[in-house]
Amino acid sequence: MAHAPGKYYVPHGSWWPIVGSIGLFVLMLGAANALNGSGFGWPAFVGLGIVLFMFFGWFRDVIRESVAGYYSAQVDRSFRQGMIWFIFSEVMFFAAFFGALFYARTLAVPWLGGEGVGFFTNLLLWDGFEAGWPTDGPANVGGEFTPIGPLGLPAINTAILLTSGVTLTIAHHALRDGKRATLLGFLGATWLLGFIFLGLQAYEYVELYRDYNLRLDTGIYGSTFFMLTGFHGFHVALGALMLVVVWLRCVKGHFTPKQHFAFEATAWYWHFVDVVWLGLYLFVYWF
Amino acid sequence: MSTTATHAPAHDDHHNAPTGIVRWLTTTNHKDIGTMYLLFALLMFFVGGAMALIIRLELFQPGLQYVQPEFFNQMTTMHALIMIFGAVMPAFVGLANWMIPLQIGAPDMALPRMNNFSFWILPFAFTLLLSTLFMPGGAPASGWTLYPPLVQQTGDALPFVILAIHLMGISSIMGAINVVVTIMNMRAPGMTLLKMPLFTWTWLITAYLLIAVMPVLAGAVTMLLTDQFFGTTFFHAAGGGDPVMYQHIFWFFGHPEVYIMILPAFGIISEIIPTFARKPLFGYDAMVYATASIAFLSFIVWAHHMFTVGMPLAGQLFFMFATMLIAVPTGVKVFNWTATMWRGAMSFETPMLFAIAFLFLFTIGGFSGLMLSIVPADYQYHDSYFVVAHFHYVLVPGAVFAIMAGVYYWLPKWTGHMYDETLGKIHFWLSVIGVNVTFFPQHFLGLAGMPRRIPDYATQFANFNMMSSIGAFIFGLSQLMFVYIIFKAIRGGAKATAEVWDSPKGLEWTVPSPAPHHTFDEAPQVK
Repeated sequence: MAHAPGKYYVPHGSWWPIVGSIGLFVLMLGAANALNGSGFGWPAFVGLGIVLFMFFGWFRDVIRESVAGYYSAQVDRSFRQGMIWFIFSEVMFFAAFFGALFYARTLAVPWLGGEGVGFFTNLLLWDGFEAGWPTDGPANVGGEFTPIGPLGLPAINTAILLTSGVTLTIAHHALRDGKRATLLGFLGATWLLGFIFLGLQAYEYVELYRDYNLRLDTGIYGSTFFMLTGFHGFHVALGALMLVVVWLRCVKGHFTPKQHFAFEATAWYWHFVDVVWLGLYLFVYWF
Repeated sequence: MSTTATHAPAHDDHHNAPTGIVRWLTTTNHKDIGTMYLLFALLMFFVGGAMALIIRLELFQPGLQYVQPEFFNQMTTMHALIMIFGAVMPAFVGLANWMIPLQIGAPDMALPRMNNFSFWILPFAFTLLLSTLFMPGGAPASGWTLYPPLVQQTGDALPFVILAIHLMGISSIMGAINVVVTIMNMRAPGMTLLKMPLFTWTWLITAYLLIAVMPVLAGAVTMLLTDQFFGTTFFHAAGGGDPVMYQHIFWFFGHPEVYIMILPAFGIISEIIPTFARKPLFGYDAMVYATASIAFLSFIVWAHHMFTVGMPLAGQLFFMFATMLIAVPTGVKVFNWTATMWRGAMSFETPMLFAIAFLFLFTIGGFSGLMLSIVPADYQYHDSYFVVAHFHYVLVPGAVFAIMAGVYYWLPKWTGHMYDETLGKIHFWLSVIGVNVTFFPQHFLGLAGMPRRIPDYATQFANFNMMSSIGAFIFGLSQLMFVYIIFKAIRGGAKATAEVWDSPKGLEWTVPSPAPHHTFDEAPQVK
């Protein structure tokens, strides 16, 4: 591990990539088996465990190297740029689902309702179907349902996430000013708000399934609603976990007012999750 | 087999470096990882190639001779998936790993551990994919585009192919992030953006494309998965969805994807032609801007893959004209390559032969692409062998020839030995003859009305199919020579100098051949 100061740090020999690859393989193998209804789905959990172990060990190595002072400003830039492009790839993942939502609302459903070139489709296949949104399609897949509006829980959740963005920024300023108590308090509040959001979202899902008859298989509305909010919720969960880890690292005193990339990367990720929610709130709940 | 084990001991600065399999499992060295990518791609090239030969064997004569139609469809699907994600893309990533740090004067890739992660995911992803051949219902048989509702008739293979694609996507995204960060953050002092070698430039733009579209593919196949197993109706009209929506999302990925497979090829050709014409590249800046223009246009032309699906006229017109626009920057490139050779002191070593063949044959593929972009004409060509001929012209004598050209060009740098020039030339001529005999007649088949992805055909197509199959076997078998030449050069041969060729330009020619395990520990100064 000889490392000359001033040079770009190139780590030697790490087992984590191959551990992670095996973990992903076992995870996917188990998941595919489970989807096929075979009893051989349990390896998915083993795989997930290996992947988590990989994350834990990999980040432990990185933190150790960081604390040992191996990382120059140039290495720091690599991490920053890497994180930015990772978040961009996540944006594009959500773009696919937003694209599906817009396509279904503005093209597919109106065509089924007889608009433009869809005239005969409507007349011959789906006579009597009137396009509108929300809809579960001309065959009423999933049965009658009640859509969910922007008021109530979604509005509260919006307020929660926006507030968490503010508390996170306050925590960041506190970190830069060296105010430890403020940092820990507001960062703690941030992940707490994240988990509250998740709890309310879970409550909303239960309510929708039980009382609104709105489910994942409620036609195109249910599909887009649950896939968008579901993937968002998954990302909130990831972001909240990252915040907890960063919070624990703050407790341990890993960060200095000048060097705290992990904090910043997590903050970027959290703001990204926040912005996606705003898109969801506007286009899934409101309009 | 190790290409870097022969380096001079003076350059070895880590004395306890692991050996054997552990070295390859745990490596963080861009040259090791590049080597693994290239060997993996070579292996997959033969796996996918074997499937292509099964296809051509069945099509040698009309009627069903060797395989069942279901299996034939599995072969077309798997051949495409393996060649795209397993052979061409990893080969380019391998070349990027080897050459980008050498070309920009960096000590390694920016994120070395993640680099190894990107690679090691691939063998597992392809294990998942290939295992579907042995499952109830067989491998996916819907074509590599996995269109619903056809793909939803797949047996047990469906979740395996989708999750394998997820793994390939994760690998590609991590690899692309690494390339972007390396180029943006690791350039030697003085290596300004407009001094970068074109291979690095084209890869930078390719990496942006990858980061932008691989997640979209992930989204598309995730929707397929939930439609199949969790009752969503993204692609079911009954629930308000639309199967055509899948095609839009898929091709929003798919069209940039085809440029992901050709832009690095442009970069390689732009390196090789100046070296063997002994002239600087004509219109360097224009080449960079043309590459960027092609990349931008790739995002707004996707629906030209689906002209016959029944889209509004305005959509057809927009996508037709946008597609035709691509001919402009591509024409700039072809012109510049030709102008580079104009009055050059040309010599015709194997890399240059492949580059010149690329220039001619890729241009044929480009022209047939222009023909396909014309909507009324596409109504005739769509789903015919003309399309097969078109994309094989851009992918085989296009992307694959460029990879081979790059391998011959840089092999002496990697191994320290010159490859066997005579064998290289024989390999070239067999390849270029084989490729044309295979794919040129397919234009005629398509224009005469032979549909693609079908194991049997009417007897009037028999002659051209037989020619095509003969060409395929010439091309396929001659690739064994390629392997032989590579391993022969790894094991020995005439010593290569640092420059290898006659005064080539670029930092990679300032380090010894073979390139030591660690290069540019001290950043070079670029004037």
